[in-house]
Amino acid sequence: MLRTVLGIALYIIFAPFVGGLLSGLDRKITARMQGRIGPPILQPFYDVRKLINKDILLINNMQYLFAWCFVIFVIFTGALFFGGFNILLVFFVLTTAAMFFVLEATTTNSPYSVMGANREMIQMLSYEPMVLLTAVGFYVATAFTTGNGAGTFSVAQIISDSDIPNITVLPGVFFGFVFILTIKFRKSPFDLSMSHHAHQEMVKGITTELSGGMMAIIEVSHWYENVFLLGVVALFLLCNKWWSILLAIAVCAITYFLEILIDNTSARVKWENMFKHSWIVTLICGVVNIFILQMLS
Amino acid sequence: MGFIVFLILFPFLTASILAVTKNNRVRKAVVYSCSAVIVCTAAVFALTAFVKGLDAGVRYLGANHYVHIIDTLMLIVEILLMLLIVCLSIKYRKYHAGLLSVAGTVIIAWLEITGRAVSEQNHIYCDKLSVIMCLIIAIVGSLICIYAVGYMVDYHKHHKEFKDRRTFFFPMLFVFLGAMFGLVVSSNLIWIYFFWEITSISSFLLIGYTRTKEAVDNSFCALWMNLLGGLGFAVAIAYCATVLEITTLQQLVYHPVGLAILLPVSLLAFAALTKSAQLPFSKWLLGAMVAPTPTSALLHSATMVKAGVYLLIRLAPAMCGTIAGTMVSLIGGFTFLVTSMLAITVSDGKKVLAYSTISNLGLITACAGVGTTETVWAGILLILFHAVSKSMMFQAVGAVENATGSRDIEDMHGLIVRLPFLAFVMIIGIAGMFLAPFGMLISKWAALKAFVDAKNILLVLFLAFGSAATMLYWTKWLSKILACKAQTRLRRNTTSMGQWLSLASHAAMMIMLCILLPLISIKLVEPLLAQLYNIEHVSVLAPEDMVIMVVLLLLIFVIPMVSRIIVKRMTFKPNMEYMSGINQGDNRHFTDSFNQPKLMFLSNWYMEDYFGEKKIWKLSVAIAAAIIVACMGLIIGSMGGVM
Repeated sequence: MLRTVLGIALYIIFAPFVGGLLSGLDRKITARMQGRIGPPILQPFYDVRKLINKDILLINNMQYLFAWCFVIFVIFTGALFFGGFNILLVFFVLTTAAMFFVLEATTTNSPYSVMGANREMIQMLSYEPMVLLTAVGFYVATAFTTGNGAGTFSVAQIISDSDIPNITVLPGVFFGFVFILTIKFRKSPFDLSMSHHAHQEMVKGITTELSGGMMAIIEVSHWYENVFLLGVVALFLLCNKWWSILLAIAVCAITYFLEILIDNTSARVKWENMFKHSWIVTLICGVVNIFILQMLS
Repeated sequence: MGFIVFLILFPFLTASILAVTKNNRVRKAVVYSCSAVIVCTAAVFALTAFVKGLDAGVRYLGANHYVHIIDTLMLIVEILLMLLIVCLSIKYRKYHAGLLSVAGTVIIAWLEITGRAVSEQNHIYCDKLSVIMCLIIAIVGSLICIYAVGYMVDYHKHHKEFKDRRTFFFPMLFVFLGAMFGLVVSSNLIWIYFFWEITSISSFLLIGYTRTKEAVDNSFCALWMNLLGGLGFAVAIAYCATVLEITTLQQLVYHPVGLAILLPVSLLAFAALTKSAQLPFSKWLLGAMVAPTPTSALLHSATMVKAGVYLLIRLAPAMCGTIAGTMVSLIGGFTFLVTSMLAITVSDGKKVLAYSTISNLGLITACAGVGTTETVWAGILLILFHAVSKSMMFQAVGAVENATGSRDIEDMHGLIVRLPFLAFVMIIGIAGMFLAPFGMLISKWAALKAFVDAKNILLVLFLAFGSAATMLYWTKWLSKILACKAQTRLRRNTTSMGQWLSLASHAAMMIMLCILLPLISIKLVEPLLAQLYNIEHVSVLAPEDMVIMVVLLLLIFVIPMVSRIIVKRMTFKPNMEYMSGINQGDNRHFTDSFNQPKLMFLSNWYMEDYFGEKKIWKLSVAIAAAIIVACMGLIIGSMGGVM
C-alpha cells in the first residue's frame, strides 16, 4: 500500500522534471549531432514558463475540455503504472488519453489540426496491437519464469515475481515495443501527426490550434507520457534483484539515445510505410516471441 | 410458470390486436400500453425469480396431455409457415429457400409423427441466464417498439414511394419478441427449433418490408442463410432423438459422454453461427439494413442475433476444449478481426453499426467457443452492454436520418452543434462501446486474459489487431460528431416524444449498467456462471481492479464537469483557424488560386486500399467457410471412429 502511494506520488511530482530534463538533453544531443551548440539543458523549462505567461487563444471551449481530459488521463496512466497496478488497464487508459488528444484537435474543425488528428489515428492503429501484445507478453513471461504457470498483469508482481529480467524471454516483444516507441515519442521517421518543429507541411499538426498556457500544459503532459513510456521499457529489465535497477536505467538511457539517433538520421515516411511496418514488426517480433514462449511453457 | 406463459403469449396477442388496428392513435396507445405491460411483467418475473433464488433452475411441463396438444399445434404452425415460404419462394423465384424450408420441416414432422421425439422430460427450463435474456428482450425490445411508432410516421412522410404496411409491421415486431421469450425459456429442442424458425421467418418478412427489389433480395438472403442453420438444427435434433434418445438442451449439454454429443453440439453451434451472422454468413445482417431502422435495431440488439449467441453460451460448457469449441472460437475471433477492419472503410452510419454488431458478436462467439468461466463471463457482459448500446445507436442514427435526411457519418459533421441531444445520446453509445472504463472494455480485457490462459495465440492476435481497428472507427465517428464547425445552426429536431422516451431510457440504462457493473458482475453474472457450470463459486475480476474501474468511471464523469466549470470562468480570446493566412475570415472558406473564396470541408480516412470490401471480403468468406468445412469434416470423421 505504502509502496503504491509512494510510487504514485513520486511519479506525479518528479515526472515533469525528469521529462523536461530528458527533453532538454534530447535537444542538446540533437544539436551536437547536427554540429550546433544547442540550447541549455533547462531550455524546455524556460519555454514552458514563457508559454504559461502568454494568452490562451482557442477556437472554441470544447478544445479546452478535451485538452484537460488528455492531460489528466495521461497522468492517470502513469500513476496507475508506477502505482504497480494492472498493466492491461494502464494501456487501456493510455488509449483513452490518446483519443482525447485526437478529439481536442478535431473539435476545432481547423484543417491542419484535423489532418494531424487523422494521422494520429493512423498512428494509434499502428501501435495499438503491439501495445496490447506487450501486456500479453509480460503475462506469458511471468507465467514462464515463475514456474507455477500463473502469469500476472500486475506491474508490481511482474517485478517482484521475476528472478531474472523479463527481457531474456521477451527479446522480440522488447524490439517491437521499442519500434512503436518511435511513434509514441513522436520521433522521425514516425512523427507524422506532429513534429517538434513547425517548418513542415502540416505546420504543427495536431497541436496547431493550441497556444499559450494550454500548450504549456500539453507539453508537460508529454513529459509525463515520455517518463511513463520509459518506465515500460524499464519494466522489461526490472526483477527482484537490486542490480536490475541499474540495468534498467542503463537500457532506458540507451533506448532514449537510440531514439534521438534514429530521429536525426531518418526522414519522415509516408503513413502507409509506418502502418505496414509497425504491423509487420508486431506480427514477426511480438507474435512469434509470445508463440514460442507459450510452446515452451 | 404463469409469468413465462404470459410473456410468450402476450406479445402474440398484442400482435393480433395490432394486425387489425388501422388508426395510428389507437396503434400508438396499444403499442405503448402493451410494451409497458411486457416490461413490467418481465421486471416482476425477474425480481421474483431472484428472490426465490432459482438455484437449481426451474423445470416445467413434463409429459402430459397439454404438452401433446401444444406439440401438435406447433407442428401445424410450422407446416403452415413452410407452405408460406414455399409460395413466396416460387413467387420470387428463389427456389433454394423453399427447398431448405421443406427439408427442415420434413425432418421435424417425421420425428413428431413417428413419435420418436415424444419427451418425458420437462419442456420449459428457466434459470438465471433465461431471466437475464428475458429482461434484455423485454426492456430493449419494448423500447424499440415504442420508438418505432414515432419513427414509422416520419418514415412514411419521407418515403412516399413505399406502401404503408404498418398493420403488418407492428404485429411482426411483437411476434418477434414473443418468439424470443419462447426461445430463451424452452428446454425441449423441438420447441427451441420452433421459436428459432419463427424468428428466422419474421426477420425475413421484416427485412422485405418495402418490397423493393433490393429488399426482396436481401430478405431472401437472410432467409436461406438462417434456414440453412435451421436445417443443421433439425439434423441435430434428429440425431439426438434417434441415436442418443435425448430431447432437451440441458440433457445434451450435460451429457456424460463428451464424444457422443460432439456432432449435435457442433450442428447446433453451426446454426447459432448463421443466426448471429458470423462469417461466412455475415451478408444477411448487412443486407438487413434496407429495412426501416426499428427492424435493424431489433435484429441487431435484443433479438435475432442474440438468439444465436444465447444458444452458444448455453452450449459453452459442452464446447469447452472440444473441436466444436475450436471451430466456434476461431470463426468468432476471425469475424471480429475482419469486420472491425471493414467497419473502418464504410461511411454509412448504419453500415458501420452493422459491421460493429457482427464484430462484437464475433467476440461473444469466440468467448463462448473457448468456453471457460472467464470467457463466458465476458460473453454475457458483452451481450448485456451490446444490446443496450447498439439499440441506442441504431435509434439515434435513425432519428438523425429523419432530422437531417442523411445517415452518412461524413454528414454528421458538427452534430453536437446542430442536434446536441441526439449527439449526446450517440456519444454515450459510442463511449459505451469502446471507451475505458465502460463495459465493453472490461469484457475485452477478461477475454484477452482468458485467451492467453487458454494458450490460444491466434485468438490473442485477432483480439489485439481487431481492437486497434475498433478503436479507429469509433474515434473517427466520435471526432465527426464533436467537430464544431463555425456558423452551424441548431436544427429543428423532428424526433417525437416516444422516440425520446426510448433514447433517454437507453442512455440512462447504459450509464446505470456502467456504474453498477461490479454489482451486476457479482450478483448476476457470477452466480449465473456457477449455475451454468454446476460449480460452487465463480470470481472473475479481482476487487482491486473493480475499484480502479470505478475510479476511472468517476474520472470520465468528473473531468468534463470540472473542466466545464473552469471553462465558464476563464476568458480566452476567440481565435481564427490557422489556414496558412488564406482564411477568408469566417473559418469556413479559404482563398483559392483564383483569388475566390472556396468552401473548406474536412473528411475522415477510410483506408480502402487496405481494408476495403473489395480487397478482403471474398477472401475472408472463403477462409471462414474453409474453417467450418474443415472442422465439421473432422467432427464427422471422429464420429465415424466412434461408431
